[in-house]
Amino acid sequence: MSSRCRTNNSFLAVATMLALVACHREERHNEPNPFGASIKAGESPPTIIPGTAPNSPLDPRAADYDNNAPAIAEGQFLYTRMNCVGCHAHGGGGMGPALMDDKWRYGGRIDQIAATIAEGRPNGMPAWRGKLTEAQIWKLSAYVRSLSGQPSKDAVSSRADAMSAGTPATLTRREPVKNADTAGR
Amino acid sequence: MPGKDYASTRFSGLTQITPSNVESLGLAFTFSTATTHGYEAPPLVVDGTMYLITPFPNVLYALDLTKPGAPQKWAFKPEPAAASQGVACCGTVNRGAVFSSGKIIFNTLDGQTIAVDAKSGKQVWRTQLGNIQIGETITMAPLVAGGKVLVGNSGGEMGVPGWLAALDESTGKLAWKAYHAGPDKQVLIGPRFRPFYASDRGKDLGVTTWPPNAWKIGGGNVWGWISYDPTTKTIYYGTGNPGPWNADQRPGDNKFTTGVFARDVNTGEALWFYHTTPHDIYDHDDINESIIADIPWGNGRRPVLLRPARDGFFYVIDRRNGQVLSATPYGYVNGYKGVDLKTGRMIPNPEKEPKPGRVTRNICPAAPGLKDWNPAAFSPVTGLVYIPHHNLCMDMAVSTANYISGTPYVGADVKMYGGPGGYRGVVTAWDPLARKPVWEVKEELPLWSPALATAGGLVFYGTLDGWFKALDAKSGKLLWQFKTGSGIIGQPISYRGPDGRQYIAVVAGVGGWAGGIVDGELDPRDPTAALGFANAVRDLPSKTTPGGMLYVFALPHE
Repeated sequence: MSSRCRTNNSFLAVATMLALVACHREERHNEPNPFGASIKAGESPPTIIPGTAPNSPLDPRAADYDNNAPAIAEGQFLYTRMNCVGCHAHGGGGMGPALMDDKWRYGGRIDQIAATIAEGRPNGMPAWRGKLTEAQIWKLSAYVRSLSGQPSKDAVSSRADAMSAGTPATLTRREPVKNADTAGR
Repeated sequence: MPGKDYASTRFSGLTQITPSNVESLGLAFTFSTATTHGYEAPPLVVDGTMYLITPFPNVLYALDLTKPGAPQKWAFKPEPAAASQGVACCGTVNRGAVFSSGKIIFNTLDGQTIAVDAKSGKQVWRTQLGNIQIGETITMAPLVAGGKVLVGNSGGEMGVPGWLAALDESTGKLAWKAYHAGPDKQVLIGPRFRPFYASDRGKDLGVTTWPPNAWKIGGGNVWGWISYDPTTKTIYYGTGNPGPWNADQRPGDNKFTTGVFARDVNTGEALWFYHTTPHDIYDHDDINESIIADIPWGNGRRPVLLRPARDGFFYVIDRRNGQVLSATPYGYVNGYKGVDLKTGRMIPNPEKEPKPGRVTRNICPAAPGLKDWNPAAFSPVTGLVYIPHHNLCMDMAVSTANYISGTPYVGADVKMYGGPGGYRGVVTAWDPLARKPVWEVKEELPLWSPALATAGGLVFYGTLDGWFKALDAKSGKLLWQFKTGSGIIGQPISYRGPDGRQYIAVVAGVGGWAGGIVDGELDPRDPTAALGFANAVRDLPSKTTPGGMLYVFALPHE
């Protein structure tokens, strides 16, 4: 497979410019923090936090994972191996909610998803803190966002792991992220 | 009891409502269950009171049938753990409560069995049996027989070892517990165990028919129906699928999953076992109902079980010894080649065997079988078994599943769709003696609702888009229908009210595995959603909405 960072001669100038930006997507990150220790529960859902600004700032680590191809690819592998697929299917849901639509009970930002995976949620989402490393949780979160088409298309794999799992990730429609907190329903 | 009687006939002897007057059947009263998830339980009527057990949070309501509009007498709220919703494979359903000796007894999703005083609504006892930390839930309706409350667990998609437990009816204390894999001692197999076929005999088959230790996470759960023969004090029930779905990970017959047990109700000792589908490869749980009947066979009468099974075959089994007298497909089946009546063994179809690295296409019936949990009704008047079922096929691709306790242990991607003929559901009136259908009524959507047969000559059932229907039991002709507010997967019943009139009752409320696309807001752009079921019912969200509601019907006052 050819590197996506390789420049194409006929569009050399443009491609070089793009590569300066886009190759961020190829960076590898080896996170030292084990077991999600620094992911904070309080950052997570779109709840009312009295006395603060309406939106907490995005965790700066998000930039390392959000449009990062290796992170998304490793997240895709973990998604199957850690049995996320058993509940959420390939984004359509089942025992757990769908992840490919525009609804996010506990927030669709990558740091919010990471907090959901680390802490679990009261209606049955297991808590993975202590079972996955922090980097693994961020990578899973990056992949989960790809199910609703959030990352740029050059960061996701065109090949699905599953049989007949619908549209390839490169063609997945990008859903608007609606942070409807419907946890109590 | 949910099956109407110990024989699980779902047959009501009431005769006021008949094919000639059913067209004037009208609504008598309704009651909202305050739930929006799949409602599979039947109403239970005892001494002028109707009891309703809801899906999670498993609230038990008592309604006073002696007063106009059936006002609520009391509600009992067991408050099961919310996290249990995350480990229930196929909806947060409950399949019914049972009445015995002044108590209503039911199970909760988080694994408790609770007895409540039928008059006061106060708790009598409560026993914790399941552990949601390993993915264990309880969805089945208990049966009380011989002073024992019989309860089994769910969790076949989570690698939960299956068992059936018997609790003392007056105290809730555990009397015995039989597992469906492992050494003979924990399966309660001893000297009285005499299976009919040689392949079911041997020492510790619950260990030796599995790879090392795989039996400890191998499923074989009991989430369906138990029947009881009081004359011999014997219970009959089937066991669920082996785990994981990817059969490549568990070479061997995988005993004692996907088969039928006969046990002594007092001690739990196994009397016989019949292995319906050894080494199940399609998730064909064998938990469907076992209808007890004595039927003409050869020159005499035989005590039998009538079993419309998930694998697509209608079994007639001698209930004294587990011998299969006949096994005939009651719909389209290509996943198996038939049952060898000499050995009792299902003959596999290697072409349709899912193998890693390939997608096996057009397997019929699909994972929910030709019929899933929703029980058939047997009318001794017509001698027919009324089977509400599917016509679904599937593509299946298996891969290695990783066992992590409390998470799914499946290892399969499935995509279901309508079978040959283009319809997805059908009611079959099956003649168990002639081994053929007398009539069939095709339905556009898969059928997840049980059937009710009445001595008045009617068969009632509901559809996933909310039509509640009455058919002529003899001809299958549609005589009456009513559109409820949500898809019907609940069990219809008939009862005589305190005023002496015959009533028909059903609770609507779409959900369960088939309706999960609606109450779980699943996204069918992923055809593997809901373990592949979402693809088969893509049109359902445009046809119905969630919401539990009781509907009770009666003829107009004369």
